[in-house]
Amino acid sequence: MNAEKNTQMLDCLGVSRRDFMKFCTGIAATLGLGGLSSTEAIAEALTSKKLPPVIWIGAQECTGCTEALLRATHPTLETLLFQVISLEYHEVLCAAAGHQVEANKHRAMEEYKGEYVLVVDGSIPTKDGGVYCMVAGKPIGEHIKEAAEGAAAIIAIGSCAAWGGVPSIGPNPTGAVGVQEFLPDKKIINIPGCPPNPSNFIATVVHLLTFKKLPELDAEGRPKFAYGRLIHEHCERRPHFDAGRFAEAYGDEGHRQGWCLYKLGCKGPETYGNCPSLEFCDVGGGIWPVGIGHPCIGCNEKGVGFSKGISELAHVVRPTPPAVHPEVNTPAGGENKVAGTAILAGVAGLAAGVSVMTVKELGRQQKEGKNSSQEKEN
Amino acid sequence: MKQRITVDPITRIEGHLRVDCEIEDGVIKKAWSTGTMWRGIEKILVGRNPEDAWIITQRICGVCTTVHAIASVRAVEDAIDAEVPLNAQYIRNIITAGHCIHDNIVHFYQLSALDWVDVTSALKADPQKAADLMAKVSSWPGNSVQEFAAVQKKVNSLVERGQLGIFANGYWGHKDMKLSPEVNLICVAHYLQALECQRNANKAVAVLGGKSPHIQNLAVGGVANPINLDGVGVLNMERLLLLKTYIDKLNDFVEQVYKPDVAIIAAFYPEWLEVGAGVVNYLSIPELPTDTKNSSFIMPGGYIENGDLSTFREITTPKDEWLRKGIAECSKHAWYSDEELLAPWEGKTNPSYTEWDPEGKYSWSKSVTFYDKTVQVGPLAQVLAMLAKGDVRCKKHLGDILGVYKMLTGKVIELPQLHSTIGRIAARGIRCAMMKDAMSEQWQALIDNIGKGDVTTWIKPEIPDHEVHGVGFLEAPRGMLSHWIVIDNGKIANYQAVVPSTWNAGPRNQNDEPGPYEASLVGTPVADAELPLEIIRTIHSFDPCMSCAIHMVDEDGEDVTVVKVL
Repeated sequence: MNAEKNTQMLDCLGVSRRDFMKFCTGIAATLGLGGLSSTEAIAEALTSKKLPPVIWIGAQECTGCTEALLRATHPTLETLLFQVISLEYHEVLCAAAGHQVEANKHRAMEEYKGEYVLVVDGSIPTKDGGVYCMVAGKPIGEHIKEAAEGAAAIIAIGSCAAWGGVPSIGPNPTGAVGVQEFLPDKKIINIPGCPPNPSNFIATVVHLLTFKKLPELDAEGRPKFAYGRLIHEHCERRPHFDAGRFAEAYGDEGHRQGWCLYKLGCKGPETYGNCPSLEFCDVGGGIWPVGIGHPCIGCNEKGVGFSKGISELAHVVRPTPPAVHPEVNTPAGGENKVAGTAILAGVAGLAAGVSVMTVKELGRQQKEGKNSSQEKEN
Repeated sequence: MKQRITVDPITRIEGHLRVDCEIEDGVIKKAWSTGTMWRGIEKILVGRNPEDAWIITQRICGVCTTVHAIASVRAVEDAIDAEVPLNAQYIRNIITAGHCIHDNIVHFYQLSALDWVDVTSALKADPQKAADLMAKVSSWPGNSVQEFAAVQKKVNSLVERGQLGIFANGYWGHKDMKLSPEVNLICVAHYLQALECQRNANKAVAVLGGKSPHIQNLAVGGVANPINLDGVGVLNMERLLLLKTYIDKLNDFVEQVYKPDVAIIAAFYPEWLEVGAGVVNYLSIPELPTDTKNSSFIMPGGYIENGDLSTFREITTPKDEWLRKGIAECSKHAWYSDEELLAPWEGKTNPSYTEWDPEGKYSWSKSVTFYDKTVQVGPLAQVLAMLAKGDVRCKKHLGDILGVYKMLTGKVIELPQLHSTIGRIAARGIRCAMMKDAMSEQWQALIDNIGKGDVTTWIKPEIPDHEVHGVGFLEAPRGMLSHWIVIDNGKIANYQAVVPSTWNAGPRNQNDEPGPYEASLVGTPVADAELPLEIIRTIHSFDPCMSCAIHMVDEDGEDVTVVKVL
């Protein structure tokens, strides 16, 4: 036993020895392990191998985001739960129910104050005092506010938590909002998608835990590694768009040749996401909606996903591709006399081959001080 | 002694649910089931293009996911009397089956197993004894000594760290946890292995659906999968073989793990074959259509009254008028202002939240009835219909489970015992096995049809200007689902989803009779009201899905909302 050393470490963490031993006794009792020796053993293990705690609160959700985690493979859910994080509260997965599960959440919030990651899925109903989602007799918004206070970081997973999602569209019957709108004073990391690819969520969590800082985020609070590029600009069907080869009805010749789905309403040109490069369920070989023949519905994007009809044409700023593409060996940022947009892409550090960019993307890059390319284009 | 207890939240379910019970002398006398969340999905649908409805209705639920998409396109197809290409039917059937297998496995292991399995007890098990035990009932390679020892080590690592994570504060050591340490260890190992199996089911779904959950390959009139054996990036032989590979991975887990485990749980908890029956009127509909007109199906369905199989009335088509005319909803005890009994096409749902009142209104879920009777839907309803019809495959899978039960206990399970908590759990396992068989068959049917030269996957729907009504039925993992649509001038005029968890989780009906959840709890003994393990066992046996149950609102809904702050 090295009780003295443990106590010193606990002092650093601001936890009293007495409280700590009380907590350990609680665990020993829960496990049916009696006596002082087991309590001491748990105390020693705890101070050395603790996994980062995560509290997950479901609001107006459909559980699709949790279901997405069940499909994760790198890593799997079981690896995540046994080796990466300690999931302290999650209504779908926790063994306990009723006041036992609520007590455990409060215990975790106290025990790991300032250390835990809070994850929220689902939108938060704000109309009529929040009665449209009540858990343990309280509006869900109150649970979220409470948990947000002691959180080291807050992640909004799925479009509902990120920007309101399906419950917030049209007449928004329950006044549903995303977490950022509900907690304007907190920094929220958004992982939109319906549901998002679980790998984007897990990588964000592990980034936070490993590098002790947020991944770089865009203006919408989305990690750039996942939402830094338009789907249209990394789609395997893009050459068909540039060449003007379009499917125009399901099962027509173009559709059966794997051509571009733009005319079927694909929202790739106005939706940021890594769906074409990451794909879904780690099956491989082009398994994502556009890959199997259905247009993107823009579920990541507020004002696009579920707001626009499936077959409604996407907004593309400059749908006509440049007549001549840059040479493949053009050095990044180097001279090129052919296409201004291509130079811009090179300077901004994006992949070569980006030929059509939206105003939104241009604006974002300008904000980041890449004005030199803009001057060149002019 | 009389006690009132509230379990809120009920965990390991989809969505948000609260259950209240009145307990007298250790037995539940009355129960109330309360859905605690409402989003108003149908209100969002009004005025939209009916061809877009499925993409939104699918978001009713991320667990039931695909079924709300398929039921929605079926509703529109029914309204406009459209035929569905054979390839599209097969593709939808493969997705329906794959999703159901995933869902049933996750329910048994991730959502309900921890009601019967004591995770901490597994630490005391002898892995060798556990392996010897399983050698008698299964040839599954994941039942090795090494595997069990590795799982034990994994659980031990949680304990050593002092971080039980999702296993914290569970009902460990509860006196009604009856499995031996070895059986607990076996079940914990299968809890982890089930995760891998359900991933394979989802991969099969994703090959066709593009993603899972929330598939994206549907269209009113068929599917969006282009079939071209000579095309790149389309459904060709390579993709079809990828699909088959994932389908083939499901067989052993279902046959060698899931089915025996159902028998093992029943063998250790035979008293749960005697409780939890509740409402014994059963309703199911036929599923997995095998023609373009929805007139022949792989799995039968029908109505059984009062638990008596001789009353079986088969439903052979979703067009059955007797079926359509019998379904009605009422919100006498739900937080909506219109209380009259209405057919779904006429459904009204103006929210009117008041306090939780056990004699009055206490849920966001309405109650649904069939010819004024409360009925139970779900795998048990479907399995009983199949037994009544004499379905050979259903009898075989049931026989397998009964065989293991008999080997372990020396006893037989009688038919009336299926009306119980364990009966619902066993029926889910049987239905899962049937879906697994059907999935392979439907893959072969798809190949055969493509081989005949048929590559049609979609027929352009013609939506008329005048008013049309349609309903899309689907036998979903939790039971009979129906989407009811009214289309006028090419737009959605009304939309109502009558979902399995509304049938089962609904509050008292227009005649103040309790819903299936509520009725099933009455008579159940509760050893310790502070640790309501018995309540969650029976509630979980229905596989609650509360996002599904509650999402309805009137089409032209003035929000007549009365709010009392609690």
